[in-house]
Amino acid sequence: MSKIIASAGIRGAHAIVERVRKKYTEMMDTHGGKTEVGFPNTGYYLPSIYGLLGHKIETLEDMGPVFDRCRMLLPPLVKEHVHLPYLGPALDAGAVALFAQEMEECMRYLEFPDFYVRGEDVTDDNIWLGAADDVILRKRGVEFVDGTAPGFAAILGAAPTTEIAVQIALELQQKNLYVFMAGEHNGVRFSEQLVEAGVEIGWGTRLVSFGPDVSAAVFAAGFATRAALTFGGIEPGDYRRVLIYNKDRVFAFAMTLGHVTDQWYANGLMCVNYGFPVIADTPIPQILPTGVCTYEHVVSNVPHDEIVQRSVEVRGLKVNVSKVEVPVAYGAAFEGERVRGPDIYFEGGGGRGGTFAVEWTTSAEMDAIEDHDIQLIGPDLDELGENSKCSLGIKVEVAGREFQADFEPILERQIHHLVNFAQGSMHIGQRDIAWFRISKTAYEKGFRFKHIGEIIWAKYHSEFGAILDKVKVTIFTKEEDAKKILKLARASYAVRDARVEGMVDEDEETYYSCTLCQSFAPSHVCVVTPERTGLCGAYSWLDCKASFEITPTGPNQPIEKGRVIDEKRGQWEGVNEFVRQASRGTVELYNAYSIMEEPMTSCGCFEAISAIMPMCNGIMTVDRDYGGMTPSGMKFTTLAGTVGGGAVTPGFVGHSKLYVVSGKFIRAEGGIGRLVWLPKNLKEELKDRINAQAVKQGLSENFAELICDETVSTDEMEILEWLTEKGHPAITMDPMM
Amino acid sequence: MNEKMKSGDPVTAQLIGQACEESVELCWDRLEQQSPQCGFGNLGVCCRICAMGPCQTDPYGNGPQRGVCGADSDTIAARNFIRMIAAGAAAHSDHGRAVAETFIEVAEGKAPGYSIQDEQKLLALAMDFEVEIGDRAINDIALEVGKLALAQWGQQEGELVMCQRAPLKRQQLWREQGIMPRGIDREIVEIMHRTHMGVDQEYHHLIDHGSRAALGDGWGGSMLATELQDILFGTPVPVVSKVNLGFLEEDQVNIILHGHEPLLSEMIVAVSMTDEMKEYAASKGATGGINLGGMCCTANEILMRHGIPVAGDFLQQEVAMVTGLVEAMVVDIQCIMQSLPQVAKHYHTKILTTSRIARMPDAQHIEFHEDRALESAKEIVKVACDNYQNRQKDAKKTVFDTIDLVAGFSHETINYLLGGSFRASYRPLNDNIINGKIRGIAGVVGCNNAKVPHDLYHIEMVKELVKNDVIVLQTGCSAIACAKEGLMDPVKGLEFAGPGLREVCETVGIPPVLHMGSCVDNSRILMAAAAVVKEGGLGDDISDLPAAGAAPEWMSEKAISIGHYFVASGVYTVFGVSFPTLGAKKLTEYLFDGIAEKVGGKWDFEPDPVKAAQLMIAHIDEKRKALGIDKKKERVLMDMEMRRAEADIEA
Repeated sequence: MSKIIASAGIRGAHAIVERVRKKYTEMMDTHGGKTEVGFPNTGYYLPSIYGLLGHKIETLEDMGPVFDRCRMLLPPLVKEHVHLPYLGPALDAGAVALFAQEMEECMRYLEFPDFYVRGEDVTDDNIWLGAADDVILRKRGVEFVDGTAPGFAAILGAAPTTEIAVQIALELQQKNLYVFMAGEHNGVRFSEQLVEAGVEIGWGTRLVSFGPDVSAAVFAAGFATRAALTFGGIEPGDYRRVLIYNKDRVFAFAMTLGHVTDQWYANGLMCVNYGFPVIADTPIPQILPTGVCTYEHVVSNVPHDEIVQRSVEVRGLKVNVSKVEVPVAYGAAFEGERVRGPDIYFEGGGGRGGTFAVEWTTSAEMDAIEDHDIQLIGPDLDELGENSKCSLGIKVEVAGREFQADFEPILERQIHHLVNFAQGSMHIGQRDIAWFRISKTAYEKGFRFKHIGEIIWAKYHSEFGAILDKVKVTIFTKEEDAKKILKLARASYAVRDARVEGMVDEDEETYYSCTLCQSFAPSHVCVVTPERTGLCGAYSWLDCKASFEITPTGPNQPIEKGRVIDEKRGQWEGVNEFVRQASRGTVELYNAYSIMEEPMTSCGCFEAISAIMPMCNGIMTVDRDYGGMTPSGMKFTTLAGTVGGGAVTPGFVGHSKLYVVSGKFIRAEGGIGRLVWLPKNLKEELKDRINAQAVKQGLSENFAELICDETVSTDEMEILEWLTEKGHPAITMDPMM
Repeated sequence: MNEKMKSGDPVTAQLIGQACEESVELCWDRLEQQSPQCGFGNLGVCCRICAMGPCQTDPYGNGPQRGVCGADSDTIAARNFIRMIAAGAAAHSDHGRAVAETFIEVAEGKAPGYSIQDEQKLLALAMDFEVEIGDRAINDIALEVGKLALAQWGQQEGELVMCQRAPLKRQQLWREQGIMPRGIDREIVEIMHRTHMGVDQEYHHLIDHGSRAALGDGWGGSMLATELQDILFGTPVPVVSKVNLGFLEEDQVNIILHGHEPLLSEMIVAVSMTDEMKEYAASKGATGGINLGGMCCTANEILMRHGIPVAGDFLQQEVAMVTGLVEAMVVDIQCIMQSLPQVAKHYHTKILTTSRIARMPDAQHIEFHEDRALESAKEIVKVACDNYQNRQKDAKKTVFDTIDLVAGFSHETINYLLGGSFRASYRPLNDNIINGKIRGIAGVVGCNNAKVPHDLYHIEMVKELVKNDVIVLQTGCSAIACAKEGLMDPVKGLEFAGPGLREVCETVGIPPVLHMGSCVDNSRILMAAAAVVKEGGLGDDISDLPAAGAAPEWMSEKAISIGHYFVASGVYTVFGVSFPTLGAKKLTEYLFDGIAEKVGGKWDFEPDPVKAAQLMIAHIDEKRKALGIDKKKERVLMDMEMRRAEADIEA
C-alpha cells in the first residue's frame, strides 16, 4: 500500500538531502561560495530548480537558498501508529530529492569535469552522457514536438539478464521512445548491459546513458522541465504549469528494474510530480487510484515481456507503429544508429570505392505501374558478398489521382530517414549523393536489397496514402543501370530546382500555417511562404502544401494572403487576420521580412536566430549547433530565451538556416548585405548560396568572405574594425536604428 | 429509557448510570419529565406570534385550519421555520462579528496576545475584497480587510463579497431567484419583520427569504468567521489527537473549554502551556500540570489548530462533571445547558461564564475582554487551579477510553494533501469520483439530541455511507461522535470503508471521514464543494455534484440555518429526529420537492439513520447518472493526432 511507498520515499529524500548537504559543505570549504557552477552549455542553469523554483544557480553559494527550501519542504517521517496524511508530503519529498540530486550532479561537474562526456555520443572509455545541453534539447525536442518521439522511458537499475535488457530497449526503440538510463541494481547497470550486448547507445539511437548513479535521473527531469520552458513558453518558477505541461504533453514514464531502495522511491515520487507513472518489475506496493498522474501512479510486479506494453498503457500513450515487412527492427529510434568498420557488410555510394548511389522519386501514370511491384535488377547482397561495394540506383514511381509533381521531392527526401529507421541499415545524404551501409547483423537476419523497396512502399502508403495509390520501386545494382538512372534523376533535379528557385512569395496567393508543434507549443503559429520556410527548418512551403493535401484538417492550413499592406516588409491583410486569430489577439500584425519592426513570433524550435549588432549597423546570425559566444554577448541558448515562447522582440528573430539565403531575408532592413557575422561552420555550409543570393542583390560574388566569424572575433568593436577594413557593405548602409 | 438507549457511547452510558446512582439530574431525566411534548409545536403548527394566540392548526384536518388572524398551517409553519433560520444565522453571524471586531483590534495593535498567523490567507481574502496589497505592511492590509469584512454585516444593498466564491452558475441562479444576500444582518432583520403578525403570508415567498438569510449565514457570517479565525489563529493542517473523557487525569488540573468562539480558548491554550501556570498548578497540588479538553465546537476549534484532546460533544457536557475530575468548565456562547451549575453543585466543578452576552444563574462570571486577553485567560486558569484542592478526596479516574483521530482538514489542506506543494489540486478527488472509486461526497454534521440515542445515529449513518464508498466530510458534534467510533483513525477507520474509497484513502493516507472543524466551519464544506466544481469534470454547479448532506441528531436552530443554506446552495439535505414543518402539508411538499426546481437542492426527513444514508446514496447515484459517470470508462490511449486535437481544444 501507499503508506510503504510514502514512508520509504520520505526516508529516501532525508538520506539524499543529508548526503548532498555534506558534499555541499565540503565543496564550499574547498572551492568557496563564489565558484561558478552549472551544467554545460545551457541557458537554464540547473533546469529543474530553475524551472520549478525560478531560482538561478550560477555559483556554489546560490545553492544555499535551495537547501533552505528543501528543509522547509522535507516532511517528517511517516509514523507507524496514527500517521498523518502522506500523499502531499511524499510528493514534496520527491521534489526535494530532485532539487538535492540536481545540485549533487552539478557539484560532480565541478569536482570531476570529465566525469561525463560532452555531446551526443558515448566514447570507448566513457559511456556517461550527463546533462543534455541545449543543443541536444532543441534538436531532440523537435522530435517530441512533431511526434517522432512520443515520450521517454526513464529506467532505473538493470534487467536480470543482458538478453532481457536488450529486449526491453529494443521494444522501447520500436515504439520510438527515448530511453533515459540511470542507477544500478546489484552493481549492474542497464546501459552497461546494452553495451555488453553490442547495442549502440547514445542520443542517436535514443538509448541515453545519463549516468551510473540513481541521481542521474535528474537529467531526465531536467530535460522534461526544459521542454515545458522551451516549447511550452512557461515562465521559470511557474512550477504548477511546468508539471501539468509534462503530465499532459510529455508522455514519459519511469521503469524500475531491480530492488527499489528508499532513494529510488524518492526518485519515483519525483516522477509522479511530473505525472510520470512508475512501473516496477518487483512486487513493490501499487498506487492505482488516479489523479496526480493520468492513470495509475505505481504499477508493480510486471513481467519483463509485458513491461513495455504495460508502461505505455499506464501512461495512456498510443504509439502507431506502422508494420514494415523487414527482418530487422524498424523505428525512428534506429535513425541515429551507425554502421561502422568491422560491422559493415555492404557499402554503396558516398564515393566509397568509386561508387555512387542515386535515389529518384518520380510520378507515373496510374495504369503504367503495378502497386507493390518491387524489383531488384542486378546482384543481391548474397552474390556481392561480405565487405562488398557497388553503385546503387533506386527509382521510385508513384501514381495517384491526387498526386502532383511538386510532391516528388518531398517524398524522395523521406527515403533518407525511412531507410535509416531499419536497424542495421544506415543512410546518409540524398539525391545523387546518397550513401548506404548495411550491417553484417542485418544481413544475417535476412536483410536484402528488396527490403529497401519494401520499406519505401510500406511507408509511402502509410504516410502519404491520401495522395498516392500505387508505388513501384526498382533497385539497380549494376553500374551501367545505375548510371542510366543517375542521368534521368539529374535531369529531373534540374527541373525541380528551377521550379523552387523561381518560386517567389509574390507569385503565390496562398501561404500555409504550421501548427505541427501545437501539441508542445500551444501558443505559437508559423506562417510559411515560398521564400520563408518554417523556423524549425523542417517544413518548406511545398511540404506544407503537400501536408495539407494529405490531411486537409491537419496542422498545415492554407492562408489566403489577401491585400498587400506593405510589400517591402512583407505584411498582408489575410496573414494579419490569421495571426490575430491564431494568437488570440496577442499579436495584431507582423512583418515577414523585418527584424526591427513587428518581427515574427517564435516557438522554441528555431534553427537559427538573427540579432542586431548596433555598432556594425548590421546583424549576426547564429545556428543552434554553435555552442560558443556570439558578438551579441549571448550564446544561442540565452538568445533563444529572449525570442522564444511567442515573444516579439524587435531586433531579434528566430528562423530556419535557409532563410538566410532567401531573397526575402530581412528585406525591410536591406537584405543579406546586413549580415556581418556567422559561425564559421554555418558560413561554410551556406557559402555558395550566400554568394549567389548576394549577386542577386547586387553585392560582390565573394560576399561570404566579408562576413566575420568566431575565428576572427566575437567582440563587436573588433568586428567593426575588421568589417571596415574589408569594406563590408553594411557599414555604409542606412542606419538600422 | 436505559443508559444504552440514551447513548451509543459506552463512556457516556457509564457516566449516566453513575449520575443516576448519585441522584444527579441529567437532560434525559428532564426529557422524561417533559414527555409527552407538545405535538403542535413539534410539527411546527403552533403560532405564538401575537397575543390573539397561541393558535394551533390541526395537522390531521379535523380541527381548526387557521389561526385567529386567518394564517393557515403553511404560513404558520413557514414563519416558524424561517424564524429558526434567523436565530441560527444570527448565532453564527454574531460569532463571526465578534471575530471580525477582534480582528480589527489585532490589526490596530489593540489586542496584545493575538497576531496574524496566516498571511497567505489574509492576502487571498484581501484579493476577494479588492484591497490593494502592493508592499503595504501586513497589519495595514489586515485593518482594511477587517473593516470591509465587518461592513458585510451592516451592508444594505449589493451582494455579499464571499458569495463570489460560489460557482458562477450558482451566483447567477441566486440573482435570478432574488435570493442573493445583500447584507448579513439585513436579511435576518427582514425575517423578523416578514414573520411579524400580518406581513408576509405566502409560504413560498417566506421560504425564499429564508434562503436569502441562510445564504448570508453560510457564504457570509460563517464563512467570514472561518476565514478570519484561520488568519488570526492559523489555517488547520492535519493533527493527531484523541477524543473522549478518558483524557481526564487525576494528577492534573482538568479544564474543559465549552462553547463556540476560539477567541478565548486560544488564549487559554497559550496560557496553560506557560511555565508560570504549570508551576501555579503544581503549587496547588496538581503535579501533572494543566490538562485542557474541548467540548462542542470550541473542542473542534482547538483540536483543528492545536491538537488539544476532545472531551466530548454536546450531550457529554453534564456527564463530564460526573467524573468528579473537572476543576472548571469554561463556557462562552451557544449550546450551553443551563443545568451545568446545577450538576456542578454535586461535584467541585466551577462553571465559569465568560461572554459579555451570556450569563447563567449560579455560575461564576469572569468576563473575557480581547484587549486584555492574556490576563483574562490567566485569571480563568488560576480559578481552575485553585479549585484543584476542592476535588473530592476519593475522586478517581473511572473512565479510561480515548480514541485516536486525525483532524485538521481545512479545504486548503485537502488541496495540498492531494498533490503536494507543487501539484496541489482537487484533481485526484474529482478523478476518483469520476472513475467511481469514490461514489460521492456526503457532509454529515450537526448536534446531539437527547430524543435519539446519543452519537449512535451519526455513527450508523456515516458507517453506511463509507461502506458504500461515499467519502464523508464532518463538522461539529457529529464529527466528535464519529471520531469516538474510530472513523477518523487513518488505519482503523479504513476498516469501515468500501474497497474503492479505502484504496483512495490509503493512497492519500487519510481516514474515510474528514474532520473539517466547528459548525461555522461548514463554510469549509461549501468551499470544498466549490473547489470540486471548479476542478472540473463533475458539472458546473454544486447541484450537479454527486453529493448530499445530513444532520441525523440535530436539535438547534443553527442546524436549520445550516441545512437551509446547503439546500439553497444546491445540496440534497436529510434531517433526522423530527422536522419542524410536518404539520403543514403543502409547505413540507415544497421543501422536500418543489424547492429543487428553484435552487437545485431540497430537504428530506428520515429518522432512521441507515435509511437516510441510503436516500443520500440514491441521490448520489442519480447525480452520477446525470453526469454520465455511472458507467465504467475505458482507458484512452493518446496518439499524436489526439494530442494535437486536445491542444486545439485547450487553446
